[in-house]
Amino acid sequence: MSHRVKSVIPAILVALCAAACGSGGSDKPRSITTVSWGGSFGRAVNEAVNIPFTEATGIGIGVEDYNGGLAQIRAQVDIGVIHWDVVDLEITDAVRGCDEGLLERIDLNALPPGADGTPAAEDFVVDGRYACGAGSLYWSTVYAYNDDNIPGAKPTTMADFFDLEAFPGRRGMRRVPQANLEFALIADGVPLDQVYSTLDTPEGLDRAFAKLESIKDEVIWWEAGAQPPQLLADGEVVMTTAYNGRIFNAQVLEDQPFVIVWDGQLLDVGQVAIVAGTPRLKEALEYLAFATSAESLARIARRISYSPMRKSGMALVTTHVVAGVDMEPHMPASPANVARALRFDWAWWVDHQDEMNERFSAWLAR
Amino acid sequence: MAGSLRVSARLHRRAQLRAFGLVAPLLIFVGLTFVTPLATMLVRSVYDPVVADALPETQMLLKDWDGEEGLPSEAVYAAVAKELKRAGAERTLGQVASRINRVQGGLRSALARTERALRDVEQGPWRETMGAIDPIWADPATWHAIQATGERFTSRHYLNALDLQRLPSGAVVAQPQERRIYLRLFWRTIIVSSIITLLCLALGYPIALLIARSPPHRANLLLILVLVPFWTSLLVRTTAWIVLLQTQGVLNDLLVVLGLINDDGRLAMVYNMTGTIVAMTHVLLPFMVLPLYSVMRGIPSVHMKAAASLGAKPLQAFLRVYWPQSLPGVGAGALLVFILAIGYYITPALVGGSDGQLISNMIAYHMQTSLNWGLAAALGGVLLVGVLVLYAVYDRLVGVERMGLG
Repeated sequence: MSHRVKSVIPAILVALCAAACGSGGSDKPRSITTVSWGGSFGRAVNEAVNIPFTEATGIGIGVEDYNGGLAQIRAQVDIGVIHWDVVDLEITDAVRGCDEGLLERIDLNALPPGADGTPAAEDFVVDGRYACGAGSLYWSTVYAYNDDNIPGAKPTTMADFFDLEAFPGRRGMRRVPQANLEFALIADGVPLDQVYSTLDTPEGLDRAFAKLESIKDEVIWWEAGAQPPQLLADGEVVMTTAYNGRIFNAQVLEDQPFVIVWDGQLLDVGQVAIVAGTPRLKEALEYLAFATSAESLARIARRISYSPMRKSGMALVTTHVVAGVDMEPHMPASPANVARALRFDWAWWVDHQDEMNERFSAWLAR
Repeated sequence: MAGSLRVSARLHRRAQLRAFGLVAPLLIFVGLTFVTPLATMLVRSVYDPVVADALPETQMLLKDWDGEEGLPSEAVYAAVAKELKRAGAERTLGQVASRINRVQGGLRSALARTERALRDVEQGPWRETMGAIDPIWADPATWHAIQATGERFTSRHYLNALDLQRLPSGAVVAQPQERRIYLRLFWRTIIVSSIITLLCLALGYPIALLIARSPPHRANLLLILVLVPFWTSLLVRTTAWIVLLQTQGVLNDLLVVLGLINDDGRLAMVYNMTGTIVAMTHVLLPFMVLPLYSVMRGIPSVHMKAAASLGAKPLQAFLRVYWPQSLPGVGAGALLVFILAIGYYITPALVGGSDGQLISNMIAYHMQTSLNWGLAAALGGVLLVGVLVLYAVYDRLVGVERMGLG
């Protein structure tokens, strides 16, 4: 009897281990969670990256949408239970997240080389080489108008956006200080290369707020990226600042008579990063390498007009996969559009965002 | 005799134990999902050890420095150089820098720059070396900022939440004009929430009365009409209000067609305070109607008839017989709507425009974007105290035990 019991126990242990270890081993279908911005951008990433990635590697992908910010990532890292693996971040959030130890460090040299064989660290544009992530796409805050609602002369410069006499009517602007302060200074005649040095002085800041004050009564403040195209389509505003990709979608896929004014556009960069301490680090790294390859970025850019941040990727962007239009004139980083672009100074903003936000909120409430 | 007492005491204890066992899951749930997070957040509003832990020697040496005899001594520079290097190696520099940056904007990148430049420096004189790396080290404001963030237990988040600041001299004064926002937002939140509560009461009371006095089958139908919007997504309802109220929207079109306003004089009813109040009143209305209805259902209809038969006019009968009996429902509904309203942020974010922002929008900003959870917790703490005071006042005036939630 006792002999039989003795031989049974190891058998049970083996069986238990087989069940337990097996589920944690290589037999289980692997999967990771990626987090992105949803909407038309989320769809483009899904078609251009997620589906091909799962086909190539067998790693499943669960997609979650979010609206930016680091609160959820911080909560997961603080508690130590991580269910987000790879996140698409705004650059200021990526910098802050890196500072706070919320993101894994990424070795750019471990990423695949460019389409022309250039090592990854050189293939990425300078803005895409950040310690805690890899650059993905250039996106831009521009202003756009509805051609039907502006008869006669059309606006062409940033100064026109602030010119209520030549172009009467309401304006849409995002309810944050970013972009608006820069636009105000550009419209007030500050040269592009002096915008941030001007903002850095108290007089320059007063000048920006004074310029905003001049149109304050006519502004409708928006919050989510989907709002500006809607405001334009409804005729609620005659012109509005917006993310260029959203306006592109409305133009090309919904046939709206919207026109983007590239003068003074604010060129910003997106980052793909990995949440610190994820138990699926290997898969997450595999995904990051795939998602930021020149080919993947070009596939996204053929679905929504954001420029790849890999030099070799830009050449791969040809026409839109559905509409067939040439993407070049719609790209924020194309030579023609970038000529009058201001590059977003994320370092300045990470340093000053809190004060600017307080001042901006106080100004709005007055 | 003694034996039977013992038995009954044992039975009693067992019954108590069983009762406790039945509510234990609830207690654990409330503890884990409500009390613990609330307590941790409130602790964050006064406790922040990051800078104190990363720069202990600097903080100790800075203790006696008050800025009156100029910059700190060479020993302080040596200590901060050593500790910055260590923080850089341990990857805690970012957390330290972001906290100091909140007191004095611009220091985040300057600290990172200093740490990078110091990596290859082994020897002093530190004051000159660091002064050459970045001018911040020759500015007493930098040292005041390091000093201010070095307290483990701090009142600065609460001061900040009340638009106050502590000067290097220790005096507490108001923030400069352009940085004063939170008090204004607290007041606005309270006023807007009061308006919404009154509107909900004015709209909800007749509805609840109608439902309570209808025959059962019609009452059910009316209740469903109240509940259907309640079950509809908040975002859908808010967006629907935008469609109705915007300048090119349904309501304005209707007014133009009717000739009440002309095409240039369309009314701005959304993206401002009006939009916030209209949309939030609609969203919160069921929270007023339901407690009112549950209380009114318990008021016998014969009371009004009795009052009438004793000679009371309808209005008099209502004011002196019905209204006092429905008060517990009014109290419950008003308290519920008011407390929900002061914490609301999705609706004001979407339809609020520039003057429709509430304090909860700032809390969300500090939770999600600036990651200044200490300040977010302090703002939340002030709000919590406000609600508790309100509750105490309500208890004193009406009595919480009279509150009827059905």
